[in-house]
Amino acid sequence: MKRILVPGLAALAAAGLAVTLYLIFYWAPLERTLNFNQKIFYWHVPNWFMLFSMVFLCGGASIGYLVKRDARWDDVAHAAGQLAVLFGAIGLITGSIWGKAAWGHWWKWELRLTTSLILWLTMLGYALVRRFAGAGSERLAAGLAVFGVVNVPLVYFAVKLADSLGQASAHPKTQVVAKLTAEMKTTFQLSVVTFMLLGAALLLVRVGAIRDERRLRELRERGLDAGILDS
Amino acid sequence: MRFFRLVAAVAGKDLKVELRSREILYTMGLFAAVIVVVFSFAFVKDQTALVEAVPGVAWAAVVFAGTIGLGRAFDREREGDTMRALLLAPAPRLAVFAGKTVAVTVLVVAVEAVVLPLCLLFFNLDLGTAIFDLALVLVLGAIGFATVGTVFAAMLLRTQSRDVLLPVVLYPILVPMIMAGTKATAAILAADGGDAWFWIKFLAAYDAAFAVAALWTFEALVIE
Repeated sequence: MKRILVPGLAALAAAGLAVTLYLIFYWAPLERTLNFNQKIFYWHVPNWFMLFSMVFLCGGASIGYLVKRDARWDDVAHAAGQLAVLFGAIGLITGSIWGKAAWGHWWKWELRLTTSLILWLTMLGYALVRRFAGAGSERLAAGLAVFGVVNVPLVYFAVKLADSLGQASAHPKTQVVAKLTAEMKTTFQLSVVTFMLLGAALLLVRVGAIRDERRLRELRERGLDAGILDS
Repeated sequence: MRFFRLVAAVAGKDLKVELRSREILYTMGLFAAVIVVVFSFAFVKDQTALVEAVPGVAWAAVVFAGTIGLGRAFDREREGDTMRALLLAPAPRLAVFAGKTVAVTVLVVAVEAVVLPLCLLFFNLDLGTAIFDLALVLVLGAIGFATVGTVFAAMLLRTQSRDVLLPVVLYPILVPMIMAGTKATAAILAADGGDAWFWIKFLAAYDAAFAVAALWTFEALVIE
C-alpha cells in the first residue's frame, strides 16, 4: 500500500499539472479586464491554499506534540513546516508577477500580501530553528508554530483595521471564484485538486524521511549508550 | 497573594542584580540612542529630520535594543547556571515566568525613557500633553514585547545559535504589536485622538492575548 501511495499521488499530480496547463491556456476563456495575465490565478491561488493547509497542519501537529509528547506528531509538524515555506515561496513569486502585470507593482502593503508575508517569515523562522537550533529544539519549534498560527488572525485584523482607516484593498476578493464562468471554475478546481495531490505526495515523502532520520539518530544514541558504537 | 509575592521576588532579584552592575541598562540605552541618531541622520531633508519617520525610528530602536536586553537577561542565568535552580525553587513556573517578564518590561521601559526624549530632540517635536498618550503606548508596547520575548528567550536558552534565532523567530510574532505601536504613535503625532485611542485599545488586546498564550504554553515549552 505504502509503496504505491507516494508514486501514485505523484503521478496523479504530474498528470494534473499537465492537464491544468492545457486547460488554462487552451480551454479557459480570457478574463475581460485582466486578459491574459489572469491565467496565473489558476496556479497562484492553489499555492496559497496549500500554504495555509500546511501552516494549520504544522500548528495542529505541534499542539498534538506538546500535549502527547509523541515524536511522530513532531515529524508531521516538521515536514508541514518545510512545505509551508516551499508553497509560500511559490505563492509570493507568482503573486509578485501577477501584481506587476495587473497593478503595475511587484509588491503592495496590502491586507493579504502583508498577512501572508508575515506568516511566511514565521515559517521561515520555524525552518531555521529546525535546521540550526540543535538538539532539544523540538519543543521550541512546536511553541513557535503555535504562536505563529495564533498570530495569523492578529496580523490579519491589524492590517484590515489599518486599511479601513486608510485606503481600500486592491486585492481580488474571495467572492471572485463564485463569479467565474463554468470553464474557469472547472479549471480552477482541477488545479486546486492537483496541488493538493502534489502537497500530499511531498508531505508523505518528507514525513517518511524525517521519521527515518530521527529513528537513525535514536538508534545511534542507543548504540552509543550501550557502548556498541564508538563516537 | 503568594503568587504575586513570588513574582515580585523573581522580578526583584533580576532588577537587583541588574542595578548592581547596570550592564544591560547602559548597553541597551546606548544602543537605542545610537539607533535613533543613525536613523535621524538617514531621514534628513534640508537639515531637519523628517517627522514622518519618528514612529518607525522609535519602535525600531525599542525593539532592537529590547532584543539585546532580552538575550542578556537570560544569558546571565545561563552563565551562572542558575536557571535550573530557579525552576527547582518551590514556586510555580508561571510565577518565574511572570517575574522575568516584569523585570524585562522595566528594562524596556527604561530604554523607552531614553528613546522618547531623543526623538523629541532630534526631530524637533513639541507634543504638549499628548506625551502622556505616547508614554502609555510605549508602556503597552513594552509589556507586549516582554511577554512574547520572555517566552522565546527562555525556550532558546539551551539551543545553539540562539543570538541570531531570537530576533528571527520573535519579530514576525511581534508584527501586530509593532504595527499598532507605529500607527498609534503616528496618530498621536498627527493629533488624531480617535485613531490613537483605537490603536491603544488594540495594543492592550494584543498584550492580553499573548499573556494568555504565554502563560498557557510556558510550562510546556521551557526545557530543563
